[in-house]
Amino acid sequence: MPDLRSDRRVAIVAGLRTPFAKSGTVFRDVPAVALARHVARELLYRSDIDGREIDQVIFSQVVASVLTPNVAREVSLLPQLLPSVPAYTLNRACASAAQAISNAADQITLGHADVVLAGGVESLSDIPILHSRRMSRILVEAGKARSFGARVAALGRVRPRDLIPLTPAIAEPSTGESMGQSAEKMAKENGISREAQDQLALTSHQRAAAATQDGRLTAEITPWFGGPGMDEIVATDNGIREHTSLEALAKLPPVFDRRYGSVTAGNSSPLTDGASAVLLMAEEKARALGYQPLAYLRSYAVSAVDPRWQLLMGPAYAVPEALGRAGLPWSELGLVEIHEAFAAQVLSNVQAWGSTAWAERLGLAEPVGEVDWERTNVMGGSIAIGHPFAATGGRLVTTLANEMRRRDVQFGLISICAQGGMGYAMVLERE
Amino acid sequence: MSAFSTVIEDGIAVITFDLPGEPVNKLNGAVRVEFEALLIGLRDDSAVRAAVLISGKPDSFIAGADIDEFTALTTQSAAERLSFEGQEMLSRVETLAKPVVAAIHGACLGAGLELALACHYRIATDHPKTQLGLPEVQLGVIPGAGGTQRLPRLIGLRAGLDIILAGKSERGQKAHRLGLVDELVPPSILRAAAVAAADRLAREGLPRRTLKRSLPALLLEGTTAGRRMVYRTAARQVQEKTGGHYPAPLAALEVVRVGLEQGITAGLAEEHRSFGELAVGDVSRKLVQIFFATSALKKDDGIPSGTAVSRQVRRLGIVGAGFMGAGIAGTAVLNVEVDTRLKDADLARVGQGIKAATSVLEQRLKRRRLTRPEFERLSGLISGGTDFSGFARADLVIEAVFEDLELKRRVLAEVEAVGRPDTIFASNTSTIPIRDIAAHAERPERVLGMHFFSPVEKMPLLEVIPTGLTGPEAIVTAVRFGRRMGKTVIVVADHPGFWVNRILSPYLNEAGLLVREGLPIELIDRVMTEWGFPVGPVALLDEVGLDVAQKAGGVMHQALGDRLRPAETIGRMIETGRLGRKSGRGFYRYREGHKAGPDDAVYRLLGVRPVDGADTTRVERRLVYAMLNEAAMAFADGVVRSARDGDIGALFGIGFPAFRGGPLRMIDDLGAARVVEVLHDLRDQHGSRFAPSESLIEMARHSERYFPA
Repeated sequence: MPDLRSDRRVAIVAGLRTPFAKSGTVFRDVPAVALARHVARELLYRSDIDGREIDQVIFSQVVASVLTPNVAREVSLLPQLLPSVPAYTLNRACASAAQAISNAADQITLGHADVVLAGGVESLSDIPILHSRRMSRILVEAGKARSFGARVAALGRVRPRDLIPLTPAIAEPSTGESMGQSAEKMAKENGISREAQDQLALTSHQRAAAATQDGRLTAEITPWFGGPGMDEIVATDNGIREHTSLEALAKLPPVFDRRYGSVTAGNSSPLTDGASAVLLMAEEKARALGYQPLAYLRSYAVSAVDPRWQLLMGPAYAVPEALGRAGLPWSELGLVEIHEAFAAQVLSNVQAWGSTAWAERLGLAEPVGEVDWERTNVMGGSIAIGHPFAATGGRLVTTLANEMRRRDVQFGLISICAQGGMGYAMVLERE
Repeated sequence: MSAFSTVIEDGIAVITFDLPGEPVNKLNGAVRVEFEALLIGLRDDSAVRAAVLISGKPDSFIAGADIDEFTALTTQSAAERLSFEGQEMLSRVETLAKPVVAAIHGACLGAGLELALACHYRIATDHPKTQLGLPEVQLGVIPGAGGTQRLPRLIGLRAGLDIILAGKSERGQKAHRLGLVDELVPPSILRAAAVAAADRLAREGLPRRTLKRSLPALLLEGTTAGRRMVYRTAARQVQEKTGGHYPAPLAALEVVRVGLEQGITAGLAEEHRSFGELAVGDVSRKLVQIFFATSALKKDDGIPSGTAVSRQVRRLGIVGAGFMGAGIAGTAVLNVEVDTRLKDADLARVGQGIKAATSVLEQRLKRRRLTRPEFERLSGLISGGTDFSGFARADLVIEAVFEDLELKRRVLAEVEAVGRPDTIFASNTSTIPIRDIAAHAERPERVLGMHFFSPVEKMPLLEVIPTGLTGPEAIVTAVRFGRRMGKTVIVVADHPGFWVNRILSPYLNEAGLLVREGLPIELIDRVMTEWGFPVGPVALLDEVGLDVAQKAGGVMHQALGDRLRPAETIGRMIETGRLGRKSGRGFYRYREGHKAGPDDAVYRLLGVRPVDGADTTRVERRLVYAMLNEAAMAFADGVVRSARDGDIGALFGIGFPAFRGGPLRMIDDLGAARVVEVLHDLRDQHGSRFAPSESLIEMARHSERYFPA
């Protein structure tokens, strides 16, 4: 197994994100590429780095835009960077930005790069709407037609039903099950109560609201200049409900199983638009440029489970793996950031980490660890802040690194569940 | 050394024009002699079937005729002969029995385009550097080597007039659309395509060109009556644009007309006759002087050469994202492609500033001067925030905050705190002495003024103002950067109002006094636009904004005394909320942003009755001589380094009529004694503000001039 703790330690120098906005709201008319370029450029300014220092750009996007399928290249073609900077876009579902950061770290560790800009963007306002196969075929034929008559003939085959577009659903291709249905299944199989889910959602909102109030969250956000006059300023996330309550959350109907279900819009993360970016450097490069890194990447791990089983259980495997690679017990962790796709999923993961039965299943001598909520998701989570699929990883890394510095914590953990049954975990350390 | 080199490949002579020791190709006497000999060689060499003419210069085909040769002309007959010789040479190209193909990449202007027009086939590159045009009228003359005849015949009357009368140039794409060039190719295959075309023409004969015209175009251009209408319309448009002050466009129109109505021989005769007349005319002389002055300024860094090296400005910081700040940002990004960071107090203002800066690019996009991808890339250079993030790496910071000394000092201190020790700080103030802003600077050698004019993207002048403490590196960096922004830059002294506002100040005051005396607003403005200014002084006050004008006027009065006491007119106007165009009313009324006539309520407001039958000569004199006198005083105060800079400042900063050369040139033309005489007369009638400058009296006494005669 490769040892990430090689000579070249990877520093997290700075991170930044756009506000996270519920899809169809303030970023409705903003292409994903614009969000990605904006956050990347602002990160350059805020971290006061000379753009010519960037060696590589790795970005991620889950629902890629048809017009800019390699959004990373568009970011790396920012005029502040050298045009010779190569770039690629990856997709590890909800763990995408975290994966981009890990890949950046690998490149630095290997000595392929000294400075890498990594991040992710998602705009669910900017998703491709597809024609049916039949309609697509007709359009392609009409496009290739050599004469006007042939074009008319091709288009003449269009029937009204062909005009109904296909909207991609957030469903597992392998099971046909939507993610919410999977969360609902997990809540039932793991015995996660509605109350526990709503309580977690409430905490998420309250902490996110507090961190917005005291500026810890807004410090990680670069404002967006919206509207035709660019003077409609978006500076905060718009999904955080400061005044929500258990009562209000309890009133929401279950979405995926109206009769026996417990997963509601209130205890799930919303569809969200946003982008995030993180600046990584080789430790000695950071020192040479005079930076005081926020944290260093100690280890990471990715896992996958059979999607037909419990789709969002990946972290139960990835976390002990990452801790093993870091050579650290859970008890050393001063802070933990768990991506909240669904409260049911978070609580299922937490339950697994604390369970002896799971430890046996994983071949561990004892359970992975007990989550201490005072040190977990201390600035809220995806339920309140929102979850632009490929941007969330960048948010988690930035928040964890900043908070580790604020609290003077030595080790921190990130856990992300991802579509396709995957799980992702990363351990950060400070000096 | 030879300007032409020829290689013959399979019967095709490829002639490369590469004028030794010059950055671009120009046509002059020596080149002409060599080229004529070359033509004879081509004619007589039986191994040659066809020829290609191509340039050996990077990104330049032929920039035009050699202007030095043209300015050396002293008599009309010599000028006529020059034109006639050019015509003859190009006729020999046209009548050569072997086809000649012009392979055009880069500037193809003036005589260069005329040569290309005489060739039998033209291929141009699709590169943005490729520009084809006839800029002669900008120097007060007309194309003198058959251009007025061949161009309309090739691309049609109206399209031809468009280019000739305005002195316009077109990119390759547009030239191809117009039919000015036969093929458009990428630069990489220009030579090969030209050789192939030459070979094809040699084998298959010359292409038969028929102008494809729409029916209305056919009626307009294909009939005598239609063409008469076109001439009339063009003459009217020229008259509107030039005010009758510039004879060249009308002369060109007449030459085109003669050629089309009476045949090319008559046209060519009229062309060289008219060229000869214009070339030694006063207007052309003035325009050529201005051309040389601006060319010289392009090489003038404002410091003795070798004293400092310009900093490369990779990042520009702008504090204050208002109208001026955004205009500077947009213009800098467009022309210099520099990473530009705006800073203002609140995010909405920052956003509006980014938007306004981007709109400078958007206008280019709309006019197809930028492609969409170019626009996207350039707009990525504009960003902003409410903190100084990014300023630590700024090489140059320009402040364009509100005109307040304390505020500007604070901005300077903040920039010095966050910036590198070698960051250059420029203030865009128009009224505050730069040395006052720099008074508490930690590094005063890096502080100076960069006074842009509004709207920044359109106004061609920049005043760079060093203080006594400004170092040469800061000066040369500001001058070079301004120049790269597309501005003509003059370095002026840190005196109140610098140069442009200084000489403008008494002129605007006088306009205010004239209104106060009841002279009709539109009459005052008409007198001055007829005199040659693009806008009259009262309309200019409205444009500037009466509050701004009042503030500036107050500063000038305080600094320079009662000579520059502002007319009380403006104060009254401001009290009633009339601030000029921006408030929708000033001396004029404005409807949806358009001027809608003078506002008669102004007279009531000022308690005057509009005067009937005013003495327009006197109005003109008061306004013009107020400015001439102040220019003489400011020059004597050492505000500009040379008369050249002073005149260029007046021409480009306030639109002083070019055909008059500039205020100092005008004093020379009138003679200082005459100017003093008129000023004495004005002083006696209107008061001591017209007392002539001591320097003028001295000059009159010794018959001195600003420019050598």
